[in-house]
Amino acid sequence: MLLALVPLFVGPFLWMLSISVRESGNIYSLNLIPENATLQWYGEVWSQYNLDRAFLNSIIVAILQVGSNLLFCSLAAYPLARLHFPGRKIVFLLILSTMMVPFQLYMIPLFLLSLKLGLFDTLVGIVIPAASGAFGIYLIKQYYETIPSDLEEAARIDGAGEFRIWASVMMPLTKPAMAALAIFVFVQSWSNFLWPLIIINSESTWTLPIAIARLSGDFIDKTQYIAAGSVIAVAPVIVVFFLAQRWFIGGVTLGSVKG
Amino acid sequence: MKSSAASSRQTMTAWAFLAPTLIVMGLFQFLPILGAFGMSLLDYFPDSPNNRFVGLENFARVLRDPAFWEALKNSVLYLLVVPVVVGLALALALLVEPAIPFMNTFRACYYVPVVTMMVVVAYAWTLVFNTDNGLLNQLLVKWGAAERGIPWLTSEGLALWTVMTVTVWKGLGYYMVMFIVALKAVPKELTEASRIDGANPVQGFANVTIPMIWPTVTLVAIISSISALQVFEEIYMMTNGRVGTSTLVYEIYTTGFDMSRGAIDFGQACAMGVLLFVVILGFTVFAVKRMQGAYGTT
Repeated sequence: MLLALVPLFVGPFLWMLSISVRESGNIYSLNLIPENATLQWYGEVWSQYNLDRAFLNSIIVAILQVGSNLLFCSLAAYPLARLHFPGRKIVFLLILSTMMVPFQLYMIPLFLLSLKLGLFDTLVGIVIPAASGAFGIYLIKQYYETIPSDLEEAARIDGAGEFRIWASVMMPLTKPAMAALAIFVFVQSWSNFLWPLIIINSESTWTLPIAIARLSGDFIDKTQYIAAGSVIAVAPVIVVFFLAQRWFIGGVTLGSVKG
Repeated sequence: MKSSAASSRQTMTAWAFLAPTLIVMGLFQFLPILGAFGMSLLDYFPDSPNNRFVGLENFARVLRDPAFWEALKNSVLYLLVVPVVVGLALALALLVEPAIPFMNTFRACYYVPVVTMMVVVAYAWTLVFNTDNGLLNQLLVKWGAAERGIPWLTSEGLALWTVMTVTVWKGLGYYMVMFIVALKAVPKELTEASRIDGANPVQGFANVTIPMIWPTVTLVAIISSISALQVFEEIYMMTNGRVGTSTLVYEIYTTGFDMSRGAIDFGQACAMGVLLFVVILGFTVFAVKRMQGAYGTT
């Protein structure tokens, strides 16, 4: 039973993978392992259809997105969890309230604002609206709250400023939560579609999902190109996933504390 | 007792830590959210800008538009993925619960669709569901289950269901993990006690396990409902909203950004966004109330 279900989950990917290495001719034949396998389409989609550029853009966007979220969420979560100041509850509720609002409600004003700020068709424009977020802040805040206050008090008595306490004592203790957040944001950023679809225009700023969608819209008869491109687009995530499985699934665990 | 100087310094520090987030969220979330409500009351055509205040005229136009009702109907129909997702994800979680060798590998395989981008998932499934040369139809014909290819993605009435199965398929692994976590937290003594009391496994599951994991059932149902109401990418990739598969979000997108469907109308798109928000909020509140009621205080 366990084994029987595996093809159901990986079968569509294997079929796509198989098609991506077939030579022209009957590319849809049921032989999963083609007689004449070729990597030709990979090379061509990579260089001729600018997938190399899209790949690089996706990496840049992912690095910026993960980096900004780790920094900003951790910074924001710290006072919400550990410091006493007027307005703490209200700020936290305000931040959480954004989780109730669907992105599609405000994507048009966001688009117009981004145009005004000169962010249209830029990679930074993709990253900035989600540079910090309620989910990440919540996740890290939960983790900060589990840390005993002795360490922090000791550092405070030693005369360390709050920023130093955060940077050298508290933040390093939240590594598991930070790792979970990093992976969560990475997967989201790598897959992000609707916002880039709106804010990105020229081929030189395409990210991978946009490139795949555009290719499949324009090159209906070039199935192998799109299949090869799709494999290139998902391979990094799947490889990282199998290497760091524990962390991926740990993220869901931490996240589901929500309930 | 802290001195007031120290506590005011702490207040300053707190706001300094929060500043980057507050700037990003204020500018790129709160401001556009307010903007959306405002724009839903304006005549806002980017091609002929006059931005006149028209009151609820956009809403009236949306509600008169048969395309909106079609999209709303499809979005509500899409909620049928929720009970399927809850049932299958729970079944999967029970299936992978025993600690036997290679179990982690199985779990990982079921989880692969979760980490794969929807654009590629949708494309891979398009290759499976294609009428003439798709994997599924080829197999069905070969095995004699169908005489000729079934138009999974191109026939009215069928396409939406096909796309729904892809949505279910992609999300299962994620919800499975949530259920694994919940099942692990059910104390063994409880299930054993019910067995000793003579309950069979099914009874034990229904009377002990389900109430214990009910908060997670509720959470999964709500998360999957919200994402079902926001479905977009699978539609965009697999059917392009044709053959009766347009949903609320797809309709907002085409009204706001797709020039091939007539003049872009930001005001009307924002009005639809507001309606989407109301539908999601209303449905969530309703679902939380109903599901919490089922087992008293959860």
